[in-house]
Amino acid sequence: MMDILEILVSAGFWAATIRIVSPLILGTLGELICERAGVLNLGIEGIMTMGAMSGWMWVYMGGDLWTGVMFAAFLGLMFGLLHSIFTVYLGLSQHVTGIGITLFASSLSYYVYRMLLPDVTTPPKIEPFQVYEVPFLSEIPVMGEALFSQTPLTYLALILVPVVWYVLYKTPLGLAVRMAGENPMAVEAQGINVLTIRTGAVMIGSAFMAVGGAFITMSAFDAFFFGMINGRGWICIALVIFASWKPGKALIGALLFAGLDALQVRAQQTAGALIPYQFFLMMPYILSIVAMVIMARKASYPKALLVPFRRGERT
Amino acid sequence: MQIEPREHVAAWRIALAPVAAVFVSLLIGSVLILWVGAPVLEAYSLLVKGAVGSSFALTETLTRSIPLIFTGLAATIAFRAKFYNIGAEGQLYCGALAATFFGTGLITLPPLLMIPFLMLVGALAGGAALAVPVMLKTHLKVDEVVTTLLLNFVILLFVGYFLEGPLKDPMSMGWPQAAPIIDEGLFPSLVDKSRLHFGFVFALIGSVLCWAMMRFTVWGYEIRAVGLNTSAAKFAGINVNTTVVRTALISGGLAGLAGVSEVAGLKGYLTLDISPGFGYTGIAVAMLAQLNPLAVILSALFISMIYVGADSMSRAINIPTYIADVLVGLSVLSILVSVMLTRYRVRFR
Repeated sequence: MMDILEILVSAGFWAATIRIVSPLILGTLGELICERAGVLNLGIEGIMTMGAMSGWMWVYMGGDLWTGVMFAAFLGLMFGLLHSIFTVYLGLSQHVTGIGITLFASSLSYYVYRMLLPDVTTPPKIEPFQVYEVPFLSEIPVMGEALFSQTPLTYLALILVPVVWYVLYKTPLGLAVRMAGENPMAVEAQGINVLTIRTGAVMIGSAFMAVGGAFITMSAFDAFFFGMINGRGWICIALVIFASWKPGKALIGALLFAGLDALQVRAQQTAGALIPYQFFLMMPYILSIVAMVIMARKASYPKALLVPFRRGERT
Repeated sequence: MQIEPREHVAAWRIALAPVAAVFVSLLIGSVLILWVGAPVLEAYSLLVKGAVGSSFALTETLTRSIPLIFTGLAATIAFRAKFYNIGAEGQLYCGALAATFFGTGLITLPPLLMIPFLMLVGALAGGAALAVPVMLKTHLKVDEVVTTLLLNFVILLFVGYFLEGPLKDPMSMGWPQAAPIIDEGLFPSLVDKSRLHFGFVFALIGSVLCWAMMRFTVWGYEIRAVGLNTSAAKFAGINVNTTVVRTALISGGLAGLAGVSEVAGLKGYLTLDISPGFGYTGIAVAMLAQLNPLAVILSALFISMIYVGADSMSRAINIPTYIADVLVGLSVLSILVSVMLTRYRVRFR
């Protein structure tokens, strides 16, 4: 018990939590935007893999870090466009399309990586984003040290939470996005094109996912491995449900999750002799399932989620 | 742009849909081959030659299709009821784990009983792995897609624990692998001097049984009804929850059989890499087969051709083997469009 308390007051634990949470925030926000517009995006796992590979590769090939992030985001937009052509314009199964995109995007990432680097055995490294210590704030003990000595992409992820909240709830555009997911007929009655709104939301959301992936290879680590995303995309989908499709709750859920994950890594060091390490590694996935079970009863799905919209057709 | 349903879906369109999808996938794949700087036609002809060009290649392709038929059937049955079981990968490992648990000396029966027994426990384990997600869906309305996906990771770690702990073979020189399946439990070989085993026959029988079930039995009718229109099925007096649970157990059982056949048919012992994603590829198999259990055989053979052929192609000319996965991913997307075009016509205005 003392051990856990000691961990909870250490700046290192909180810094790790914030580091783990960053890609999850980006992925969860991205999925949330898609689903709020009525489109489930199961392409998330593949799009994150693509973002991780492409951003890293851009820098490895001599590009600059920020343009690398932009390149990853651009590819995210393109896969989002592909997803929308299938699910929004053609009205095809969102489940199968998403799985297809995940299979395609992740295998394409591996293919391109192997094609450009055919002979490497140990993954080569890049110079990743460096920690930027916010003046004064980073000197506050524990929380300040943890929150304000992070890499720029973490700050970006944290800032995007209120931004997404503001756009979704306080702007006409956000209203249109939410309505497209609840009652597309009403959006159409306002003279706004549902298909355009949904496409835009899926593209932006996918760009968020890709940047989340890029965080992993450009900020958390400095190399690209096969199977690196390791289910993080699916965890983000569980977090969206846990958060009842609300950005603020998504942040809280992701923080809770990341905190438990960081705790798990530390507990592994002390209790590792008693409990096999596999059971610690299972925790994130089991926690995600438990989180979904807890919230499932209360979950208020966007009414038009998974329902394709065809103009002039009654639903 | 307007999408209108066709009044009449011609049979030739349905038959042509997968052919068109495969053609489009190969066409897009050829861009990737050109990017490496390799000649496209030569690459594809090497792929075909590597998959069916010799009797050895042919048996390898047939062998590789066995788990794909099982996982393809698992996806087919589940997707027919619109139950999105994306956890065939985990259920496969559960089946393999059960076969290992009972088949490495715990129980000894004559082969005629031992093999069916291992298949039974494997199928039960695969079904059990899907019991939690399906119960969560029917009772608590928890989305099955995410739970089945997440359980894949849990199950793989669980199997990893067994292979490094209780089930580790002391003779394995430190490798995380289980003891070999006893001789009575091993599937007999089908063709001499090849890896092709009796699992192929089981897979064919499985396809026919699944087809017969979907076509001629009440269970099959209920599965189709629930998938087509849940509320109409409920109105007609079908117990939707029971049907979904039953469908899930069958689907998980089929995926479990894929694991049994890999362990008791092909490898002889369980390791953590018996499946390079057969569970996920099964979804592509099912989609290409348009969720028809008999067509699953053909589409599994085709996809296994791509995998086996891509291996030898990439050895001959330097194209990464991941080209096979790319083609499979592309075929999932293109079959969706081509099947849609059989049922709808697109008008541009």
